[in-house]
Amino acid sequence: MTGDIYRRPSDDVHPPRDFPGYRGTALRHPKEPLVLIPQTLSEITGPVYGHRSVTEADRDLTNRGSGEPIGERIIVEGRVLDEDGRPVRDSLVELWQANAAGRYAHRVDQHAAPLDPNFTGAGRAITDAEGRYRFLTIKPGAYPWLNHANAWRPAHIHFSLWGPSFLTRLVTQMYFPGDPLLALDPIYNSVPDPRGRERLISRFDLSLTQPEYALGYRFDIIVRGRHATPMEAQHG
Amino acid sequence: MAELTPFQTVGPFFAICLSQPGCARIATEKAAGRHITIEGTVRDGTGAVVPDSLVEIWQANAAGRYAHPDDHQPKPLDPDFTGYGRAPTDDDGRFVIETVMPGRVPGPGETLQAPHLLLGILARGILTRLVTRVYFEDEPSTHDDPILSLVPAERRATLVAKPIGDDRYRFDLKLQGEGETVFFDV
Repeated sequence: MTGDIYRRPSDDVHPPRDFPGYRGTALRHPKEPLVLIPQTLSEITGPVYGHRSVTEADRDLTNRGSGEPIGERIIVEGRVLDEDGRPVRDSLVELWQANAAGRYAHRVDQHAAPLDPNFTGAGRAITDAEGRYRFLTIKPGAYPWLNHANAWRPAHIHFSLWGPSFLTRLVTQMYFPGDPLLALDPIYNSVPDPRGRERLISRFDLSLTQPEYALGYRFDIIVRGRHATPMEAQHG
Repeated sequence: MAELTPFQTVGPFFAICLSQPGCARIATEKAAGRHITIEGTVRDGTGAVVPDSLVEIWQANAAGRYAHPDDHQPKPLDPDFTGYGRAPTDDDGRFVIETVMPGRVPGPGETLQAPHLLLGILARGILTRLVTRVYFEDEPSTHDDPILSLVPAERRATLVAKPIGDDRYRFDLKLQGEGETVFFDV
């Protein structure tokens, strides 16, 4: 739309609102078309302040109890960038996940797997000047769900981030390389473009791996970028 | 150009991270302006309540200024108001937002927008966030708003909160079917 500050994503980037393979979408998607509106000051601004309460300890998910949580310790690191590769700095990144046995510390999760008193499964961090975040956590387990017969979610970590505006808001899930459950998972496969699906899979990274302590996985996140201003276009 | 990371559903267990006590209280007593409460229920295509959704709110302060570096208007910032909150629905699908009536902000061209809140809705079964707006029935400017006027006239009422007394407003969300809330492509 003319006057847009932020680029609009092409149709095959995000999952469709109605995805029959994921039963939960059936009654929760609008049937009417979305109404196209211009980007106003309301949309190009967004919550960028109020992260003052985030501390270093919040990005270590292994420090929540009196002892160590059970499971495979992992480091998850990445950069939050916009579509032009510009770092998204000072931005809140929140994540949550199941424990190593595949159970969330949430009252609604009744999966017959043990809770871990030393693992709450939630963390937050602020990106640095290069857009980088880093978490220490436990590799989550796969777990069953009721979507279809013998349905299992692949191991995943939920990510929530805002970026610089209301329009850059992103909620997604990070997966692990080589997981045989990915091919069977309707949520992962709701992303139309196969290359888009691949962008949801973290990369094992030996250089991020801390010897005798934790495996490293890298997960970069790309949020909506701005149209070039006339000045930027001129100077390439 | 780098390619976007796709959306995925927030799932049913986000409350362990995204919802904290008081997170739907956008304005404390100290915030300037007329203090209001917006309450509503989220329902699905059968009219059943949606007990596991998260409504996210973004709005200007009472003077019509956003707490954001891209808002250069010569209007006062309120140190006691960021304009951001999260309202998870309870077992009855109900959410309650405590805030202040936002001021008017510029719209496209030389227009001025009516007071409004931006809402983002996340839930199990919602793969990609839904975005809508809340306007106020008793605000005269609502009926000339440049964005609301882009919505087919017969559907505008779904975006207008109704006063129910004592500075309280009712704003229900219907994700699908009869009375479906208008959602935006922006």
